Amino acid sequence: MNKLLQVHDLTKTYGARTGCANVSFDLYPGEVLGIVGESGSGKTTLLRCLSAQLEPSAGTVAYDMRVKGLTDIWSLSEPERRMLTRTDWGIVHQNARDGLRMEVSAGANVGERLMAVGARHYGNIRTEAEDWLTKVEIDTGRIDDLPASFSGGMQQRLQIARNLVTQPRLVFMDEPTSGLDVSVQARLLDLIRTLVSRLGIACVIVTHDLGVVRLLAHRLMVMRRGQVVEQGLTDQVLDDPQHAYTQLLVSSILPV
Amino acid sequence: MTMTYDDTVMIAVEALTKSFTLHLQGATHIPVLGRMDFALSAGECAVLDGPSGAGKSTLMRCIYANYLPQQGRVLIRHDGALADITHAEPRTILDIRRRSLGYVSQFLRVIPRIPTLQLVMEPLLTLGVAEEEARTRAATLLARLRIPERMWHLPPGTFSGGEQQRVNIARVLVVDYPVLLLDEPTASLDADNRQTVVELVTEACARGAAIVGIFHDALVRDAVATRVISVTPHDRAAA
Repeated sequence: MNKLLQVHDLTKTYGARTGCANVSFDLYPGEVLGIVGESGSGKTTLLRCLSAQLEPSAGTVAYDMRVKGLTDIWSLSEPERRMLTRTDWGIVHQNARDGLRMEVSAGANVGERLMAVGARHYGNIRTEAEDWLTKVEIDTGRIDDLPASFSGGMQQRLQIARNLVTQPRLVFMDEPTSGLDVSVQARLLDLIRTLVSRLGIACVIVTHDLGVVRLLAHRLMVMRRGQVVEQGLTDQVLDDPQHAYTQLLVSSILPV
Repeated sequence: MTMTYDDTVMIAVEALTKSFTLHLQGATHIPVLGRMDFALSAGECAVLDGPSGAGKSTLMRCIYANYLPQQGRVLIRHDGALADITHAEPRTILDIRRRSLGYVSQFLRVIPRIPTLQLVMEPLLTLGVAEEEARTRAATLLARLRIPERMWHLPPGTFSGGEQQRVNIARVLVVDYPVLLLDEPTASLDADNRQTVVELVTEACARGAAIVGIFHDALVRDAVATRVISVTPHDRAAA
C-alpha cells in the first residue's frame, strides 16, 4: 500500500520559540493517528503545519496526490493547495464556527464543498446534502436553517458532514469533541468512528483527551515541549507507556 | 541465534524479557519475565501456570503486543508465515489481530452505546463477512452462551459481570482465529456457562487453533489443557 502522507523532520519555530521540532512519520490510507499532549506541547502547531494552514520553518509534508504521487504540499501553487484542502482533505476545527459558514444555511454549508469539486445540478446537490445530514443524524427538516440556530453538538456534526461530503482521503481534526457535554461527545465519537472506518478515511486527530484516542486512533504520538517523546500502537502506548511524561499523562486520568 | 520452526508452529516466544520502569515512583524497576521461550503448534492449548503476580497476564499482553518487551520477540502465524509482532508497525499489528490473533481480556472494554449483537457481529463485518451471515453467527453464539435474546439490542454496559464476560467471549470466538489468547474467561461464570466455554475452547483446538490460556479454575484447566507452561517470578527464576 502507498503512503498517503510522508512527514519528514517537520519543524516550526516562532522566532526563538519552538512550536514543534523534527517530527517525522508516515500515514497510510485508512489509518487514524492521534496526537496527544498537554496545552502548549505543540500539537496544534503540528496539525496546522500538516494541514497546510501554517508553513513549516523546515522539513517536508508530502501527500500522495491523485495524479502526481507523493508531492511536497509547499511546492504546490497556492490555488492547487487550496483545491487539495477543499476536496481531497477535510479539516474539522475545534470550534465549529471556524469550520462552518455561519451566514448560509446548513444545506449550503454541505453543498458548497460539492460545488468546489464541480457539482452544478441543484437537485443533486440538495439530495446529497440531505443524505449527509441524515448520516450525521441531523433532521433533514433543518436543511434551510442557519447553523447559528443549531446546538453545539449539531454544529459539530454539520461541520463533519461538510468535510466528508467530497469523500476526502485525509481528514484533520483539532479537538473535535472538546467543549461538548459528555453524552453529546459519546454520540459524536461513535459517529466519527463509524464514518471513518466505513469510508476508509485516514485521520489525524489532535486531542488532550486520552479516552478519545483510545476509541478512535490506531496509533498515537505523544508530544511534549514541541518534541515527540513516544509513539506506537494506541493500546500499547496507553497500557504500557515507556516515557516518564506518557506515564504521567496516563496516570493522571480521573477514574469514573 | 535464529530458531527454525515447522509449519505447524503458530506461536513462538523467544527469549522474552519484560520489566516495568515506573518513572513517577523514582524509576522503580520491576522485572517480570526473564528470557521465556516456548513454541506452540496448531491444536495445542497451553495453560499458563504460576502464582498470582508471576506475570501470566503480562506474558499474554506481550504476545498480543499490548505490552512492549525489553528483549526477545513473539512470532505469530499470519498469512502462512511467522510474523514478528513485537517489532511490527502498528498497522501490521492491527492486521495480525484482525485476522489471526484473538484475545479475550479479563474485562469487557467496548465503545458505549453499541448494542450487544452489533458488537459481536463487528469483528466478522471487518473481515468482510456479509451482514446476514454475521448476524446469524453472532446470534448463535450469544444464544449458546445463554445471553437472552431480549438483551441483544442493548449495549452491555449495564449487564452483570458474568454477562459482560460472556459477551466478551462471544465477540472473540465468533471469528475462527488461528491463534487465541484467553485471560481467565471463566472467572465470573456459573457452572453451565463454564461448561459451554470448555466446549468452545475444545472445539477451537479441534479445528486447529493454538491457544494460550489462564484459568484459575482447576476443572476448566484440566478439561482444556494439552500442556502446561509454568511462569515463575523473574527474581526467583534468576536465583
